[in-house]
Parts: sequence; C-alpha cells; structure tokens
Amino acid sequence: MWKSYGSGDAAVTALAGVSVEFEREHFTAIMGPSGSGKSTLMHCLAGLDDVTDGEVWIGDTKVTGLNDKGLTELRRDQVGFVFQQFNLLPTLTAEENITLPLAIGGRKVDRAWFDTVIDTVGLRDRLTHRPTQLSGGQQQRVACARALVSRPEVVFADEPTGNLDSKSGAEVLGFLQKSAREFGQTIVMVTHDPNAASYADRVIFLADGKIVNEILDPTADAVLETMKHLDTAVGVS
Amino acid sequence: MLRATLKSLLSRKIRLVLSALAVVLGVMFVAGSFVLTDTLDRSFSNLFSNIYSGTDVSVTAKAKANAAGTVPASVVDEVRGVDGVAKAQGQVNGSARPIGKNGKVMTTAGAPRLGASWVDGDSQLEMRDGTGPKADNEVAIGAFLASTGGFKVGDDIELITLQPKQKFKVVGIYGFPGGRDSLGGELITSFTEPVAQQLMLGEKGVYTDINVTAAGGVAQDQLRDRVSAKLGSDYEAKTGAQLAKDQADQIAEGLKFFNYILLAFAGIALFVGIFIILNTFSIIVAQRTRELALLRSMGASRGQVMGSVVLEAFVIGLIASVVGLGAGYGVGALLANFFATFGGGSLQLASVQLPLSAVISSFSVGLVVTMVAAVMPALRASRIAPVAAMREAATPDRPLTRPTVAGAVILAAGGAAMAFGFTNQSLALIFGGVMAAFVGVALLTPLVSKPMVSLIGRLLSWSMPGVLGRRNSARNPRRTAITAAALMVGIALITGVSVVLTSATASITKLSDTQIKSDLIIAGEQANDGGSATFTTDVLDRMKSTSGVKSVVGWANDGALINDEQYWVAAVTDVDAMREQFGLQTKSGTIAPLREDQVGVSEERATEKNLSVSSTMKVQLSRGEPKTYTVAFIWAKTPVMQGVVLPSDAIKNLRIPQLGNAFVQVVPGQSVVDVQKRIEPLFADNPEISVQDRSAFTKQQTSQFDTVLLMIQILLALAILIAVLGVINTLALSVIERTRELGLLRAIGMKRAQVMRMITVESIVISVFGAVLGLAVGSALGVATVAALKDQGITEFAFPWLQMGQYLVVAAVVGVIAAILPAIRAARLNVLDAIAYE
Ligand SMILES: Nc1ncnc2c1ncn2[C@@H]1O[C@H](COP(=O)(O)OP(=O)(O)OP(=O)(O)O)[C@@H](O)[C@H]1O
Ligand SMILES: [Mg+2]
Repeated sequence: MWKSYGSGDAAVTALAGVSVEFEREHFTAIMGPSGSGKSTLMHCLAGLDDVTDGEVWIGDTKVTGLNDKGLTELRRDQVGFVFQQFNLLPTLTAEENITLPLAIGGRKVDRAWFDTVIDTVGLRDRLTHRPTQLSGGQQQRVACARALVSRPEVVFADEPTGNLDSKSGAEVLGFLQKSAREFGQTIVMVTHDPNAASYADRVIFLADGKIVNEILDPTADAVLETMKHLDTAVGVS
Repeated sequence: MLRATLKSLLSRKIRLVLSALAVVLGVMFVAGSFVLTDTLDRSFSNLFSNIYSGTDVSVTAKAKANAAGTVPASVVDEVRGVDGVAKAQGQVNGSARPIGKNGKVMTTAGAPRLGASWVDGDSQLEMRDGTGPKADNEVAIGAFLASTGGFKVGDDIELITLQPKQKFKVVGIYGFPGGRDSLGGELITSFTEPVAQQLMLGEKGVYTDINVTAAGGVAQDQLRDRVSAKLGSDYEAKTGAQLAKDQADQIAEGLKFFNYILLAFAGIALFVGIFIILNTFSIIVAQRTRELALLRSMGASRGQVMGSVVLEAFVIGLIASVVGLGAGYGVGALLANFFATFGGGSLQLASVQLPLSAVISSFSVGLVVTMVAAVMPALRASRIAPVAAMREAATPDRPLTRPTVAGAVILAAGGAAMAFGFTNQSLALIFGGVMAAFVGVALLTPLVSKPMVSLIGRLLSWSMPGVLGRRNSARNPRRTAITAAALMVGIALITGVSVVLTSATASITKLSDTQIKSDLIIAGEQANDGGSATFTTDVLDRMKSTSGVKSVVGWANDGALINDEQYWVAAVTDVDAMREQFGLQTKSGTIAPLREDQVGVSEERATEKNLSVSSTMKVQLSRGEPKTYTVAFIWAKTPVMQGVVLPSDAIKNLRIPQLGNAFVQVVPGQSVVDVQKRIEPLFADNPEISVQDRSAFTKQQTSQFDTVLLMIQILLALAILIAVLGVINTLALSVIERTRELGLLRAIGMKRAQVMRMITVESIVISVFGAVLGLAVGSALGVATVAALKDQGITEFAFPWLQMGQYLVVAAVVGVIAAILPAIRAARLNVLDAIAYE
C-alpha cells in the first residue's frame, strides 16, 4: 500500500509501497525510526485512515473502500485498540470501559471470557474504579482488556508502553504475549523499545515508508543491532 | 493587554457569538418595542389630525359621569349665532354593527364600527358611487365597509344599533380625501339625520357634537373662546387641533402601557441572557486559568487581568447592542407594518424612524447586561495566583457552600419582597422579588443538579450512548445548573401564571356551581371597539311570561359619580330575583325591591365608605341631574358580587339605556334546555346576544384566560429561545472539551448516529432538568400568588397538569433541537485528528 499526505510540492509520502501480512494468532511488532510511517501503517491497517493506493484486508473483509459505517462496524467488531495514552473514558468505571465496545454494539458480554481476561490482567479488585483512580499501568491494562474482550480479529497497539515505567510496561507486554500464545489473539504493536519488541513473535522494520527488514523470534539484542544498522543505513542514504 | 484581549476574543468565536446573540435578541426586543410604539404613535397622530382637519371648533355636552351627554338642536342654532361662525353642523356618531353577507356580525381588530348622520356636501367625504341617503330606509356606506363586506349600491344591508338588526338599502358608497377607503380601518354607515339620532342616541332632535367652521380670518382659539362664552359651562368647546391632540394622546397612553409590557418581557429575556453570558465568561476564565496566571507571573496586575475580562465583556456588549439596535429597527418596522395591515385595518403608517429612546435604551441595556454578567468571572480571574501557571490546568470542583448560602439568603429575601409586595400591592416589589427568587434558586441549583440529573438521565439511559450522555451532563454541576436555570426562568413564569389562571378558573367554576342559581344567562358579545351588544327591557317582559321561567333579572352596567367619586354601578330590574339567584344574605336592612330613590350596597363598600341603612349618597349618572339616594339594604360579603345596586328606574339615565345581561331561573323540575329553546327566538334579531346555560357561560368567561396565557407564552418564547442558545453553547463547549473522548469512542467503533444520540441525551437531560426546576419554582410562585389573592375571590388551588406535562415535552423537544448542531459537529470529527487533539 501507498500513503501520501498533501499534494504537489508539499506532498509527504508516509508509506511507499508496503506489502505485509500478519499471521493469525501471532504477536507482531513494528519498529523503525521516528517518522518512518509506523503509526500511518497501523492507522491504515485498522481502518482509521484510508490508503492512497493498494488494499488492506482483515480476515475475509476488504477494508479498502468501506464507507464510514462499514469502517465503524469493522473497528467495533473485528479490531481492538490500545493507544499510547488516553484510552479510557473518565465517566465510566474500569468494567464499563472494558465492555464499552460490546455495549456500543449491543452485544452480550461473554462472562467466562470476561473473567478469564480480567484474571489474566489482574484487575479483578479494580473493576469499580474510575480511570482517575488507576495508575498509568493499570489504565493500560484496562485498555488491553477492552481490546481483547470482544474477541477481535486483530488488536492494534500504538506504543502501549510508551508512557510507562519498565515494570508496568513489562506487565502490559507480558499480558499481550500471553494473549497471543494462550488465547490465540492476533496482535500488531508499534514500539520504539527493542525490549518491548522482544516479547513479539516477529518484528518488522520500517524506514522511510518501506519495510527494510524483519526478525523472527527476536531478542532485545538482535533488535537493537538491526535498529543500529537501520539508523546508519538511513543516515547514509 | 488590549491586543491580548482582542486576540482572546477572536479565538473564542462560536462561544462569544452565541452569548452575544443572547444580548442581541434582548436588545432587539427593547429597540423593536420603542420603534414600533413610536411609529404607531406618529401614525395615529397623523390619523387624528386628518380626521379633524375640517373642524375648527367642536362642541359637546360636558361629561356627567361616564360619557358626554347629547347636544339639543337648539344649541346648534345658538352656535350659528356666534360672531365668526361660518357654519355649525350638528353631527351624530354612535355604534352601528353591520351584518356581513355570511350572516355574521362583522368585526374589526379594534377600529370602530360607526353609525353617523349623513350631511350633504361634506367636504371630508368623496362620493364614489350613488348618492347620500334620503329616505329612512337608505344608507350610504364607507368604501372600506363596501369592499370588506362585498356591498354594492342597491344591495340590502342589515345593521345592529341600539335597536336589534334592521334592514337598509345601500344607495351610496363614499371614500375619503386622497383616495382612501377609510381613515383607520373603521366600518362606517351613514343614515339620514333623524334615523341616526334614533338609532345611535335613542332620541330625535339631539346630536353627539357640533362641528363648527370659522369664517375667514377668525382663528380657532378665538372662535372657541367666543363659543364657550356663549354656551356657558354645560357645554365644552375645543379646537380641532386640540381634539386631534387629545385623541392622539389617549392612544399614546395606551401605547405606552403596551410598550411597558413589551419591555417587561424584554427584561425577562435579558435576565436570562445574563445567565448565559455569566456561564460563558466563567468557562472562558476557567479555561484561560494558565494563560492568565502566566500574564500575572510576567507582571500583569490584578486590575489588568480583571480589566481584560471586563474589556472583553464591553466589546461584546457594544457589538451586541449595535447589532441588536439594527435588528430591533427592522423588527419594529416589520411589526408596525403587520399591525397596519392586519391590526388596524388600513392605518396609514408614518415613516419608521429610530427614536432616541431606542438608541439610549439599547446601548445602556446591552452594555449593562454584559458587564453585570462579567463581574463575577472577572473577579475570579483577578484572584488567579501566578503559581497556577505552573500547576496542572485542571480546575478542581470548588465547594458549593458559598453559593448555597448566598442562594438561600437571596431566595429568602426574594420571598420576603414578594410577600411585602402582595400586602402593599406593589407590582415592582413582586417583580423584583420573583427575579431575586430566580437568582436564589439558580445559586441553589448546583446542589440539586447531581441527584436530579441522574434521576432524569436514568429514564434515557437504556443504551450505552444514553448512559454516556447522562454521565456527561452530571460532570460539571455548575455549568449544567446555570444552563438549566436559564431555561427555568421562562418555564417558571409560564407555570406560575398558568397555576394562577387555572386556580382562578376552578374558583369561578366552583362559585358558579355552588352559589349562583341562575340556570340561563343572556349576555352580549364583548366587542373590542366598545360597541357592546345590549337589548331593551321589553324583551325582559316577554322572557318573564315564557313558560317554565321562574324569575328573570335584567342587568345594566355603567360608570357613575357617587359623592363625586367614579364608581362602576349596576341597575337591576328585579331585586328579589337577584337575591334568590345570587344567594345574597342580608347584612342589615331588608333585601327587597328598591324604590326610585333607594340603593343596595355590599358589605365591603359599606365598610369602606362607612355607610349604614338610611345613609344617603349623591349619584350622578351619565344622563340627567344628580340625585340623592338612600341606602335600603346592605348585603353580606359574597364573592359573587359587590358594589352598588340601583333600581330599574335608573336604567334610562345610563350611557346606553339598555340591558347588557339577564339571568333566568327555571321553574324547578322544568328542563333548562327546553326553556332555553323558548327564549332564544326572542333574540333572533340580536345575533350578538347569546343564551347560555350556566356552565357554558362560565366556560366562555374563563376561556379569556386562555388568550392571556397564549399571549404570555408567545412573549416568553424569546426568553426560552435565549435559554436554548445557552444549551447549545454548553453543548458546543462539551464537544470541544471532549474531542479526544469522542475520537476514542469513534475509534473503538461508536457510530456517528450513536455519537449524536449521546450528545442529544446530554442536551435533553439539561433541558428537562431546567423544565423540572421551572415547574417546581413556577408552582411555588403560583401557589404563593393564589394564597395572596384569596381575598380577591381565588379560593381554590388547581394545577394545570396537562400544560405542565406539555412544558416538559416542549423542554425535551428543545433539548433535541439544541443538540442538533453540536451533535453534527461531534459526529463529523475526524477520528485521527480527535485522538491527537490537545
Ligand atoms: N496528517 C498528516 N499530514 C501530513 N503528514 C503526515 C501526517 N501524519 C503523518 N505525516 C507524515 O508522515 C510520515 C510518517 O508519520 P508517522 O506518524 O507514521 O511516523 P511514525 O513512524 O509513527 O513516527 P513516530 O515514531 O514519531 O511516532 C512523517 O513524515 C509525518 O510527518
Ligand atoms: Mg507514531
């Protein structure tokens, strides 16, 4: 897919022909220098933004060309989101925030699945709290739980640990990893942190809107090494 | 500082436009009232100088009580003999109501329906067709009557005068100088002089007035003085110019009152506007806390910070006043045209001008209102500490103790002012008290807003967007409270009036059901041109002899001078029947038929004037000489009637020597409907007079209240419209403040329609909250008023449940309408931009 902003001289190409497939039930991380198009890629994949050229599919659904109603329903029923910050509605309790996508869609909560998710993120005793009464890490875990509870085709996370300390970050990442491995949840995560990327099953590297590398079963060191190459490569070119 | 202020003004466009709109609407109403009444005032002045342009001096009999008497023909001859008189013409004027081709009595919107005597060669008339009337059964009619009624020369026309309807032949149609069909929308018919005298004045050989034309070189004043000197004190001579001025002044007086009413409603609207502006400025100051603190830490003084907010208010007030004045000019001109076209028939409108009073009041009102509203927020802004710049901008919920205490005190003061106003009959105190009560309640509102909002919201939160909307409306109790309080004012006033009127209706109905024993009531239509329907006493005799009738009492009203004070008196035909039908109890004396020199007096009047049986009083009626009456009886206090009752002999000396009402009691066991059917034919020739049973009559009387209520509702619509602007403002603000939340909701799959529903629920909750407050406060106001009016005969409490329900529904609808624009704005937000919004 291709994505450019603006037109004429001021045009910025954010994605310059990216072809990528994310395997079902896998945890994939996207890395790359700042401005390389990571967020843009994720937004296009998730139906939050449309591509200039190319096609996006989620499962059997062709995302490209859907109208607003179709995109909204796609996001509601087949996609889960975790943003870097401001994930929760301040007027709702943790539990209401978690079940919000279901409530919006008028769907019933699968209690057994809900309990499993809650116990995995370890939020059982926080369910009646409001977001302001939760720590940043807890808030991100609530956001993760919300992304999972509707059993979406895929969960997208944009720097979910960007604002957290390492301990809270590790909890969130551990939970994402577990979701993929134990519950078979497909997850795509954008991150800057090689350590975070090491929780994934696969890491793809983006530079200047193109995929330039990928590593399977990464370790933090391997990712760091690749990143260094990337930086110098980009710096030279 | 000035530049910073202007910059901040521009950056808050929508909010300021909305709150300025509140001032614009209020100022528009104020300016419009002045422009309208000024234009009408000058139009009527022109009209009357037109009417009297052919009159140098006019002679009438001096008014005795309620109306001027008549001028005998001999006086006309006397005037002719005065030196300098070129011409003296006796004229007859009175009420003549034409019956249209559809068989209904023709009506106007206030212009008179006149009958006059025909004068050959009258320079004020232009014959259009045919000739003047020569035979007793001929009339000439004005062109306006001819065109509205579809009459042509040769047609028959029926007219009601002091006599029941009579048929005449139209032999001529005339217009007025300048090609006009009428002078001011009047329906005029000219009869031959003797017929006019008989039908308008009730006797031949008398005139209403004498129109005197001066010989060349004699000034109006000069002639007036000569005529006065000749005629003595029984007659009054006025110059044409004076007459035109008198009549124009009388209209101006009425217009002034009309203007006061409009201004009162404009005041209410502006009062509501204060809430909206106060809210806007509070929010702006809260949002600018960091910015203002930064200014403070850079060395701006408290005064400068405060000044910047006040300056902002001044600029808004100034702009709003200018726009409001312009809009008011337009509205005034529009209403004047509307009035001229539909209200006054064909009133020729004077040019629409902008009176100085409109300019002055617009600017003072517009500026004062905005500045008053900005004082509190400005003070708060000046108290912002410089360190606030370093802190997180979040404004913590300030405690509600101070406003609550202040609210309670102001409410109590308002209540006291109202109570004092009621006992001292001071409208200003009552009005002030009500306004203070509103302010008090508004200050108390945040306290009740949380529980109330969640209660109302619960009804609407069957879906997730509903729940979110309800929670959002509970997020900022102060803001919600002020927004709702603005709506409260209008609804509370309507509810209060409605409670009073419903209670009055209930009281009157109960009174007529329990105290009055009349089975049938004969009454004439109340015409707004003063030509009320009446009937002669001989119909009464035929009623009495109708089978099934037990008793009949005929009733005539007029103003009279009693010991030189103006009073409203009634002359009745049958005191026994009156006592029986109205259930009068004796206080002293005997309630029995009155002799020609006796009167009956109510207990209230007797106490007030220190009267007892066999006291005497001097009574001057509209006709005849003053006469001394002796009090024969005093009837005990009753809500049914009070005042002075004269014997039937007095009827001939009233302004209209005929009956206005009659009350009939049916023989027990006889069918009222049957008797009604037998009586109705007696009035076949008086289509303005109806025979109704008691409950129908009561219903007709109380139905006037509906008109009053409707007028008040229309006038308060402006206050409600301004309150709606407040709701829109608050919602628009919520949407801006919660952009990121909206983005998040859309990202996780909330549909546009759901976003709109969420905003709509928030809006409905605020509006319905305002309506509930209004209903509660209005009921309290109504109940207080009813309690205070107990002595005036309002003895029952009744609530207009249906109307109150309707107001709730209206509030909900208002909520939906107010939500439209903010909801569309929220739904259109770009998801990605919204998430990234700072
Ligand atoms: N709305 C937009 N309008 C114009 N250009 C944009 C827009 N959004 C992103 N870009 C540009 O597209 C390119 C890719 O941006 P993107 O946000 O995807 O980068 P990123 O890899 O997520 O960076 P970071 O790690 O800093 O978040 C950048 O050059 C950016 O300036
Ligand atoms: Mg990014």
